[in-house]
Amino acid sequence: MMSFLTQPWPWYVAGPVIGLAVPLVYLYAGRKWGISSTFRDVCAAAIPSGFDYFDYSWRRLGGWRLTMAAGLIIGGFIAGVTGPGAVAISEATRTDLAGLGITDFSGFVPTELFSWSSLATLPGFVLIVVGGFLVGFGTRYANGCTSGHAISGLSALRVTSLVAVIGFFIGGLLSTHVLLPMLLGGGM
Amino acid sequence: MSVENTTTAQSPSPMATKPERLWPYLVIGIVLGIVFTRAEVVSWFRIQEMFRFQAFHMYGIIGSAVAVGAIGVQLIKRLGMRSMTLHPMEIPEDSFKAPGWQYWLGGIAFGLGWGLLGACPGPIYVLFGNGVTVMAAAFLSALVGVWTYGALRHRLPHS
Repeated sequence: MMSFLTQPWPWYVAGPVIGLAVPLVYLYAGRKWGISSTFRDVCAAAIPSGFDYFDYSWRRLGGWRLTMAAGLIIGGFIAGVTGPGAVAISEATRTDLAGLGITDFSGFVPTELFSWSSLATLPGFVLIVVGGFLVGFGTRYANGCTSGHAISGLSALRVTSLVAVIGFFIGGLLSTHVLLPMLLGGGM
Repeated sequence: MSVENTTTAQSPSPMATKPERLWPYLVIGIVLGIVFTRAEVVSWFRIQEMFRFQAFHMYGIIGSAVAVGAIGVQLIKRLGMRSMTLHPMEIPEDSFKAPGWQYWLGGIAFGLGWGLLGACPGPIYVLFGNGVTVMAAAFLSALVGVWTYGALRHRLPHS
């Protein structure tokens, strides 16, 4: 049992557990499961703006998901101190990324690009700061992220969520196959 | 959760609701944080692998999550199940209207960010807990993005 908890999990264990969150959250209090709305809650709670988009009761509508986000941080910490960090990705991906100058495959993120000091470099700034901005802007414009659209929305068989997920992939493919080679192509 | 686009599947119950506690959400968050880490959903490398179509892993996770979620949601709808706290179900109604611009443009913007950062909102929190503290910078930047959307919302194309 303990070794199960410390080893990487196959997709057919992880996927169903993640999917169960949708009916469980419905069955407890009828809430539609999603994570990215916590970004809006934090804006509403902490950044004075005067925009109508942030004029709602973030405590009443967002208290549950902010609590869940706190749980995600705690769960990440527990998993981080008890298990391996290395990720066994496919050889093809490893070769592609090595071609972009990435050499350290020991963690969840390439350490050459994801560190506080890399924020001052162009690739680090684009990946972390521009990437973060687009994730925040896009998820609110589309009214949902991977959890709200891909999992919750597709679970409810919504056409709008399918379109959003197609959009996620159009954007992700552009970043992966056009922006990253432009940014990292010359080596780092 | 979409406050404005969500309609309730059931009419609000005339019965009094029971208080909604927060600890169940903390438990769900902790379990998901562990699962996201163990299944390597939080890995920038796994997202790259997905967008390069070089492994089934992420597709298997998303696909099986949707399958389980869809069965659960359909059961709740067909059986007319109530929530434990008697709050109305916020299950979105089927919509046959053509999806508006926001789903295309917002989706593509999100995807561009997802491909660069390698993390969607859940993994941003989980990675921070894992010790990738620079995700705090990504989080703050995401807040600026959300704030920008709030500022420009009425000038951006929707539906």
